Amino acid sequence: MKTKNITLFIVVVLVVIAAVFTALNGIDAGNLKVDSISDSMKLGLDIEGGAYVVLEADTDETGEALAKTMNQTQEVIRRRVDAMGLTEPNIVREGSKRIRVELPGVSDAQDAIEAIGKTAQLQFVMYDGTVILTGEQVKNAELTFDPKTDKPAVALEFNGDGTEAFRLGTKEVAQLASPNNMMPIVLDDEIISAPRVDSQISGGTAIIVGEFTVDEASNLAALIRGGALPVDLVEVQTKAIGATLGINSLNTSVRAGLIGLLMVLVFMISYYRIPGLVASMALMLYIVTVLYTLIFMNATLTLPGVAGLVLSIGMAVDANVIIFERIKEEIRNGKTLRASVDSGFTKALRTIVDANVTTFIAAIVLYYFGLGPIKGFAITLMIGIVASMFTAVVVTKMLLRIFVGMNLTKNVKMYGAYGGEQR
Amino acid sequence: MKFKICERYKIWFGISSAIIIMGLIIATVSGLNFGIDFTGGTMMQFDMGREFNVEEIQAVLVPYELDADIIHAGSENHEVIIKTKVNLSNAERIEIFNAAKEAFGIDDSAFGQTEQFGPTIGDEIKDKALISILLASIGMLMYVTFRFEYKFGVSAIIALMHDVLIVIAIYSIFRIPVNSSVIAAILTIVGYSINDTIVVFDRLRENIKYMNKKSHFEVADISIKQTLRRSLNTSLTTLLVIGSLYVLGVESIKEFALPLLAGVLTGTYSSIFIASPVWANWKNHESKKHSYKAV
Repeated sequence: MKTKNITLFIVVVLVVIAAVFTALNGIDAGNLKVDSISDSMKLGLDIEGGAYVVLEADTDETGEALAKTMNQTQEVIRRRVDAMGLTEPNIVREGSKRIRVELPGVSDAQDAIEAIGKTAQLQFVMYDGTVILTGEQVKNAELTFDPKTDKPAVALEFNGDGTEAFRLGTKEVAQLASPNNMMPIVLDDEIISAPRVDSQISGGTAIIVGEFTVDEASNLAALIRGGALPVDLVEVQTKAIGATLGINSLNTSVRAGLIGLLMVLVFMISYYRIPGLVASMALMLYIVTVLYTLIFMNATLTLPGVAGLVLSIGMAVDANVIIFERIKEEIRNGKTLRASVDSGFTKALRTIVDANVTTFIAAIVLYYFGLGPIKGFAITLMIGIVASMFTAVVVTKMLLRIFVGMNLTKNVKMYGAYGGEQR
Repeated sequence: MKFKICERYKIWFGISSAIIIMGLIIATVSGLNFGIDFTGGTMMQFDMGREFNVEEIQAVLVPYELDADIIHAGSENHEVIIKTKVNLSNAERIEIFNAAKEAFGIDDSAFGQTEQFGPTIGDEIKDKALISILLASIGMLMYVTFRFEYKFGVSAIIALMHDVLIVIAIYSIFRIPVNSSVIAAILTIVGYSINDTIVVFDRLRENIKYMNKKSHFEVADISIKQTLRRSLNTSLTTLLVIGSLYVLGVESIKEFALPLLAGVLTGTYSSIFIASPVWANWKNHESKKHSYKAV
């Protein structure tokens, strides 16, 4: 009995050490490969650096018309963002009139925001600036290949109005002498292409040929296609953060968390002795569990998320404290150590469940109504509640039983019970 | 010394009411000091790479008429945070940053962060916060009523409202800026404080069963006493971690940790000095009515 428990205890200690080691360094042993926490955790843009901006459409449209405008706007923004070549941009609608654009890792956040929100005006003009048609009359533009030379080119397609405007325009321009026989395409006062027009083009389609590479032709097509936003956008909320500041914030928070953790461990062991040691081991497993759960869920760790995690370390001890206080009472009431552990657990369990369910309800509400990074906090809080109940109820219980089974001491003081009426 | 908390409820209710009323009066008279995420406005942070004084920064900002708060930040106080209630567009922010780059000989790598809030965002956050607190309260009231009985539920929610009001009162009295981190913290307090109260009530529920000869005040006091160690120890461990976040954390973490510190303290206080006394009073009042009828 005693040897078995000592073996079990050593096994558990090894498991805790292995878990903490894996979390810090990762392991790579043949088939088993687990990355360390810092390698596999997805960081939010408040840590990694980047920007988000919430834009609101300045329009009086409602219902379907609004929905259509917003879809177009979202599409235009998506193209502009794609052109920036970021790894995981995120563009989502918020409410009926808003679009949230998240640009993690963007190096020049301020320029990026400028590029997204600009109300680009796309125009096809004559040499003297007379407008022939605007971006709204362009139905589509895409990469194609010149059938004669097989070189990359841009295919244009116009809508009804556009077809007629383009026909009239090309007719007029074609009659002009070089170098005025061009129809520059202007995006925000910048000429992005200036093709020569040789003859009138009717039928609503045309191609721009020239010495393009595939990339150049498709970029030009994208600019023509997604050039103009259908509506003015107003910045309602922006956050841009440089990578250095973000990482510094993470590091200081983690350091603060570690110091807090250390203080909690010292307190628990000095106050509760053996159970305190047990709780400390459970707490280590708790932290590793929460972090890997976040990774498994592919959740993004934000700064409020880190704060939530650190806060939950303090709260996770709670279940243990409830159990230990109950066990102490049972000891004082004259039960044996073994019986005290068992009945203390049973009595404490109901309290723990009720207390945690109520906190969980608050976390759910926080998740549904929280804005942006607060959601990250709510998620860590929820995972924390479940994980702390698990580690307290399963790990702490198992370890305490092992300790009692090891029969190291009959001195209940080592179980934190002082001055009780021990009989 | 006899442990008498519930019978002295007048003292506790008095202290709490005084703080809450003082906070509410100040809030009504001069309004809460709302942060820029509520009023609309702009925050910019960059690294000066050296020590600096506020006047230097102000000199650069003069042409923009921002009436800005200038705060030192970073571990060596080399970073500057500029907060203004003027809602600057992205182009204006770039202009100001460029002006700073020129004036102080810093480059793009000095950029720390910037935040901008339109004027309507604040009202939405406030609405959402109110709805969240209401929904969370209703949810918890339902759960506690289902698991205990509604008098426990209502008493727990009163203690909860007490905590929320006390934290708001502290922010009102000390004119600390209220921003969305405070709202998140208050919602966390809502979850935390009820946890404390439930632990006491759980013991109360257990004790009533075999202490039917004692008064409600006595049973409540015994239950508080039995759970006191747990309440204090859990608060202590939570305070240890939040305290270290507050002392060591960056500005945005401090803004979140401060209301939590206040909330954990008042949450522990209310679970002992508000929740159970409210319940005991209610039950006492009810049984008096009963005995009156019996006569």
